[in-house]
Order: sequence, then C-alpha cells, then structure tokens
Amino acid sequence: MLVRFNLNGEEIESEVRDDERALDFLRRIGMKSVKEGCGEGECGACTIIVNGRNVVSCLMLAPELDGTEVWTTEGLSFKNELDPIQKAFVDEGAIQCGFCTPGMVMSAKALLMKNPQPTVEEIKKGMEGNLCRCTGYFKIIEAVKKAADEN
Amino acid sequence: MGTFTKKRDYSVIGKEIPRVDSLVKVKGKAKFVADFDMKDMLYGALVLSKRARGRVKKIDVSKASSLKGVRAILTYEDIPGENQIGEVVNDMPCLVPVGEEVRYYGDVISLVAADSLEIAKEAVKLVKVEYEDLEPVLTIEKALKNEVKIHPSGNILTSKKIRKGNVEKGFFESDFVIEDDFYAHYQEQAYLEPQGILSLYDNNYGITIYGSMQCPYYVQEMVPKVLGMSMHSVRVIQAETGGAFGGKEDVPSYVASQCALLTYHTKKPVLLVYSREVDIQTTSKRHPIKSHYKLGVTEDGKIKAVEITAHMDMGAYATLSPIVMYRSLVHAAGAYDIENVKVDIDGVYTNKVPCGAFRGFGSPQVLFAMESIVDEAAEKLRMDPMDIRLKNALRIGSRTSTDQLLTESVGAVKTIEHAMEISNYAELKKEMAAFNLENKFKKRGIGVSHIIYGISLGAAGQHLDAAGSLVQVHRDGSVNIHIGNTEMGQGAKTVIAMIASEALGQSIEKIRVDNPDTSYVQDSGPTVASRATVFSGNAVKKACEKIKARMEEYFSKTRNVSVEEIVFKNGAIKTVDNKHKILFDSLANECYNSNTKMVERGWFVSPKLRWNSETGLGEAYITYAYATQVVVAEVDMLTGKSQVIEAYTSHDVGKKLNPVGLVGQVQGGFVQGMGYGLFEEIKTTDGRITTDNFNTYIIPTISDIPQKLKIDFVEDAYSQGPFGAKGIGEPSLMPVPASIANAISNAVRKRVKRIPATAEYVFNIIEEVIK
Ligand code: FES
Ligand code: FES
Repeated sequence: MLVRFNLNGEEIESEVRDDERALDFLRRIGMKSVKEGCGEGECGACTIIVNGRNVVSCLMLAPELDGTEVWTTEGLSFKNELDPIQKAFVDEGAIQCGFCTPGMVMSAKALLMKNPQPTVEEIKKGMEGNLCRCTGYFKIIEAVKKAADEN
Repeated sequence: MGTFTKKRDYSVIGKEIPRVDSLVKVKGKAKFVADFDMKDMLYGALVLSKRARGRVKKIDVSKASSLKGVRAILTYEDIPGENQIGEVVNDMPCLVPVGEEVRYYGDVISLVAADSLEIAKEAVKLVKVEYEDLEPVLTIEKALKNEVKIHPSGNILTSKKIRKGNVEKGFFESDFVIEDDFYAHYQEQAYLEPQGILSLYDNNYGITIYGSMQCPYYVQEMVPKVLGMSMHSVRVIQAETGGAFGGKEDVPSYVASQCALLTYHTKKPVLLVYSREVDIQTTSKRHPIKSHYKLGVTEDGKIKAVEITAHMDMGAYATLSPIVMYRSLVHAAGAYDIENVKVDIDGVYTNKVPCGAFRGFGSPQVLFAMESIVDEAAEKLRMDPMDIRLKNALRIGSRTSTDQLLTESVGAVKTIEHAMEISNYAELKKEMAAFNLENKFKKRGIGVSHIIYGISLGAAGQHLDAAGSLVQVHRDGSVNIHIGNTEMGQGAKTVIAMIASEALGQSIEKIRVDNPDTSYVQDSGPTVASRATVFSGNAVKKACEKIKARMEEYFSKTRNVSVEEIVFKNGAIKTVDNKHKILFDSLANECYNSNTKMVERGWFVSPKLRWNSETGLGEAYITYAYATQVVVAEVDMLTGKSQVIEAYTSHDVGKKLNPVGLVGQVQGGFVQGMGYGLFEEIKTTDGRITTDNFNTYIIPTISDIPQKLKIDFVEDAYSQGPFGAKGIGEPSLMPVPASIANAISNAVRKRVKRIPATAEYVFNIIEEVIK
C-alpha cells in the first residue's frame, strides 16, 4: 500500500508491504540509525519518535506510519549542528559501542519533549525500554540531566 | 610508586577528552555491518540442529531449493577446504555431515542464501533433516562418567594444575580448615549488536570480509582454511562493532566461514546477521564452573593453604576453553600471598552450547568462590573481611599463587585502603546495622571483594602476544593510524589517539585511528585480555616516536638548534626560548618537501615469561591489575529478591591515560557483573536454551543500577606499559559477582554458594535459615 507521512520534517510518499515492519521500511529508505537488537520490542535499539512519542519500530507495521509525524536520529542534527541531547551524550561520555545510542537519544528526546525537567526517577522511567550493555547507564542519566538543564 | 617515577607534564594523557568516535555514533552514522548496502547483495540464514545429540541421517534440500529467490543451499559437501574447525582444537564441524553426530541444539547443518531475508528464512524451514536420536549428556556429572562419549577422545578435554608448596603441611599448620562447594552459572554476553558478517568477491583480492569482531586475524586464518585458499586471498576489515565482551573473539571466525562459503558459491556479496535467538542459541557463553574449595587459616587470619578442584562445562566443542581454563587456573586462588596452593581444573564436554570467552575469561567464577571462602574464614575468626584481605594481600616481593615474584606495580593494598576510605567503611557498617534493626522484611548486607587480574594473554598465549602499528603523517599534518586491535565500544581508538597525540606532539583532532584491516598490519593477536592499551599502545608509541625523531632532526638542522631545545606539543613545535616556532602541519609539509620518511611501523612484543605447565608454576602474566570493592545489597526477605543499593570500587590501573574512558569501563563492567551476580539466568530444556531473547534473558535496565557507584583509581605505574598504564576492560567486572554474593550472604546470614543469586535461590536459602 501507499503511505504518506512526515519523516524528519519532510513529506514522504512510499509504497510499503502490508506486513513490512516499520523498522525494515525505514532502514530500506536509508534511515540506518534505526537498529535492530532483538526484534521483539525488548531492547529499544529501534526506537523512533512517532507523533511525539517514543515507539519501538520493530513492533510497528509500516502501513501504520501513514499520516504520522516521524523522527529518527538522522533528523536530529541539521548541517552538523547537534541537537542538545546529542551534544550532552557526547560531552558526558554516554556513548561506548554506539549501537544503543540512536535509540537512547530518541527516547531521551521524546522524554524531554514531554517533560523538560525530569527527575532522575522520571529519566529512569522514560528510558527503561532502552537497553545498553556497555555504559551501565550512569553517564546516560547524566547526559539527559545535562540536556534538561540546558533546556 | 613503581619504577616509572619520572614526573612528566602531559598534554593529552590523563586529560578528560571526548571519545574520538562519539560524533559519528551520536548522529547514527556509524556503519555497523548490517548497515552496508551492496548491489545484488544476498541474505544468509542457518539451518540448525534441533537435537542436543543425534546422528544426521539425511538432509533434504529439494523443497527449499525450488523456492523462488533462493540462490544457494549448502551442506558439508560444498566445503572446498577443511570442514573440521576450531580456534584451539579442531573438534567442530563447520557444517555437520550426514552420518556424523550433532552435538548440541544449534550445530549448523546447512546454509542458505537468498534474495531477501524473508525468503532465506522460509527456505530454512523447508530444509528437512532426519536424525537418529541419541542420548544427550547434559550435566558435568554425567559427562564425567564417560559412559556416553561426546567426542571419541572422551569427555574430559584437558586438565590443568598448580602445585605450589605442600598443602597437606599448610592445612596441618592451620588453626581452622574450611571447605565448601560453589557453582557459577552461564552468562550471555548480550552485546546489543548481534553477530554479523558481510563477505564479497573483490576482483583484485579474492574475498573481502567486513564484520562485527574482536579478532580480525582469527577470521583471516580460519576463512581461507574452510575455503581452501591462501591467507593472502582473504582480507578482513573490522566494521563498527556494537559490543563484544569476548563474545566476538572466536565466534566471528565461524560466522565469517559460513558467510564466505555462501559468497564463494554464489559469487555475490552476502550479508549474514544472526537474529537474537540464533545468537543466544548458538554462540559461546561464560562457562558454568563447579568448584570445591578448602582453605586453611591460622587464628590471626593468615591463609596457610588452599586446595581447589573445579570442573568447567565447555559444552559441545572446545572453542577457546583450553585457554579460558588457563586463566581460571591462575586466578582460582585469588589475589593473595599463600604459601601452599593446589589447584586442579578439568574442562568437560557436554551436549550443550559451547562456552568460551566472556569479559574476565574464566576468572569471575573462581574469584567468586575464592572470595566467598575467604569471607567464611573471616566469619569463623570473627575478623573483618577487610582485615583478612589486608593481612594476605600481595605486595612488592610477594609471590602469586603460581609463585611469580612481584617486583613492581602492585597496587593491591592501596586499593583495599582506598575502598575503605571512599566507602567510609566503618560508618557504612553502622548504618547497615541500624537499617537492619529497623526493618524486618528487608535486610541489608555489606560485601567485600578483592581481586587480581593478569594483563594480556599470559604464558599460555605468548605465541600471540605481539602487536603492530602503521603510522602515517600526511603532508597536511593529518595522521592515519592503523593498528591490529579493535574498537568495540571499550574506547581503544580514543586511548590510541591520545597515546599518538602525546608521542607525536600533534593535536588529537588531526589523528584518525582506522578500523583494523589485515592488509595493513601484521597479526597483532586478539583484542582480549585487556591488552589493547598496553600492546597496540606501545606499538603506536614506538612508531610515532620514530617519526617525531625524524621531524626533530629536520627541524634542528634547518633551524640550527640542538634537538634538546625543541618541544613538540599540541600541534606546534618550538624551541624552549620561543625563537623558532612552527605548526606541526607546516613542519610536516617541509619534511615532505625534503623527502623525509613520514611513515613508520611499530612492533611490541611482550616480555618473555617462564612457565612450567607441569607444576603450574612460573610467570603466568606480564603484570597484574588489582581491585577492591565494597557493595551494599538489600534483600527482600519475603521474596529473596536482591538489589545493589550502593557500591564503591577502587582499581589499580598503573596510570590513568583516559579518565573518562576508565570511568565508563568501570561503570559498564559493574552493571554487567551485577547482572551476573543477581539475575541473568540462562535456562535450558533438554539442552535447548529457552531464554533466547531479552524478554526471557533479563539483563540490567536503567532502573536496576545502584543509587551510587563511587569509583577510585590507584596509579602504581607499570614500567612496560605505555606511560605506565595497565588495562581496565575486564578488571572492571571481576570483583562484582563476588562482592554481591558476599553482601547477600551478609544480609541473610547464610552463605550464597551460587551465582547468579536469583530471587528463587536466595528465597530458598532464607527458608533453610528459618527451618
Ligand atoms: S529491535 Fe526493536 S526493541 Fe529491540
Ligand atoms: S553503548 Fe554499547 S550498548 Fe550502549
């Protein structure tokens, strides 16, 4: 079927299969920041923002994107200018292997859009669906706090 | 301080700088292997054994091959080279032949390549395999009976031992002798990026392989064997690697062999990425280890003797087990100065998933047991756990459990002192007692552990213990660095760039550390054993120093100043009197114009170790790292569920090169070790792993981490390390399961003898106390 939606600020029109996962579709059209770590909605590596909420794209079907507003990490930094949350991840050393990073950044972004000044507990709640095996999460919390402070 | 005492004012070393690869990663532009798009690329998938043990009677691919879009279905008959593979012992078939046995649920029988992943998966389902059912061996006990032989040679592959002093005499001289049994279960690496390889034909070169891996040279050795090619026809380039933790040490060699076979037959690029389920089902884990410990102590807390027997469950194939065992052996008696040590370890085959490398490499399991029995001794003597550790700790002049004389960089005692200091240990004990008085159903405990970790491969791996580098300074001053060790998230690129920046005097922004490519640098051994900093670091430092010396010479000749007067720093070169000054970039250009050689190689070989494998005595490792940790755990007495409330950890790292990276490693290692200590549980049914994704194999989330993790570093420089550094990758995890087990034991007043100490397990031991 044909889907029309807004991707990273641009109107997109594309043919998708009914059973195609949003994850595969987005990767197919070049959004390689959307990663697959489990395919079961458990790791958060495939997190994107749909209509202001963070969702796991491995459990979403491509046709469901129709009429939505979607953001992936590709859309966060324009012309080398990092989004404040990206900058905070770099500054706080919240990145190791980087495989979880795009999904983490999208969950953090969605959290800060809803709640610009989250407490540590709220950060934990908001990021609970994103696994990271490298950092132990401490610096990720610091990064989100820092980005919130600069809001 | 150790022997590295010269006070230096570094410009990059020891400074807080952002990771060199963080920008590309935070933008989502880092290229992991699944992100490669090639024209006409095919997708690979595996047909796996559905039995823990059985004989393959027939493989029928006819239905699968007639599926539209299927390009190849391969079985053992399609292997042009050798089918028997293995990193240490050739006991594993690349593809199980008809008439032979499958030895675990997950052995690979056939390979499929198709136009899309969906088609490949569909074809996998259509491949029919007939088995003759055979009785599987699923426990160490059953394997030891040797009634059913998993391999023709028998079920014990290798045995290793240490014989130091005379334990009988030591026990005789002891006031107390304590004995206990311990069990440490599997742990899954759970790197977030699953295994993946892309292989393709390169007209000039034969086969090129990109992939997620720790050890490109292992891959470059195995793939040509399977394909029947020479090594010069296979080029291996590491792609961005999304975590590894040992799980991408030898496994990518097998994945690459499977993938390259598909390319060989289809002549097309093939991408083979494991699903999480296939990854957990088939790839190596941390070994389950059963151990028996017997410890003799005097009344004043001196450990006189320790006797250890241990069995490691290797699973169906040896993979890296023999060398993992070596590390278990050397670390079994812990971080103490003990006169009499006897250790026996056997590696046992079972019909289960093969075990292999995982951060710590066979040592967290035995350190947990040793640290538990040391705590039991302390309890018996009514001694504080810290005091008994201080009493027996290693110092300069001490001898390790393999009788290795320690002559420098022994920060062990300092880590104990620092851990007590940063945790405010005496106060912490009072707070905990107060908490326990007030709370009936929640109890808290303090756990301590003190560990040692041998850096690099040690005496058993000396033939691999060298590393190279290729450094090229370009005309514009920018620098390329090629090394043989990989970045997998641990920060190797950053620390290497820092070392190069310091050694060359060029600013770090101008330095690029490239992903390893086997065509540039000679085999530099695996990226394991916390060795990249010391080995590649030294190799890069050497190459940089050679280039810098040449630039210095040129500068001194053309400016008519002596070499001693020249300072290279942060991208500029000047004389001490500030009379002559030039940018590094401009000097590089001048050097080019005068035909100066601006490319160099570095090669670092580890100091040679003397080792006797008959007695298990000698120099086991080039040097050791030490750590001490204090953990406060809270146990819900009604459910047995435990959590870590706060933790304090002190690590002897020789010299802090990259402080941000060090902290990151310790935090990540802590949380991974905590998962192992508390709840990461591999479950099996009839040899099949049933916890094969993150909904059943639970790893720590952001909500599980302690409220506080205080980190301290001891700097006791190591003279052979670059700028005095040792490694941190693994020591970060090693003390954690032990300190958590001790904390829970302390909370529930009953010894935890198994990790992970799951809610179910802890609940059961609480019940026993009540009974
Ligand atoms: S891939 Fe979607 S949550 Fe893991
Ligand atoms: S940085 Fe590796 S999984 Fe998060």
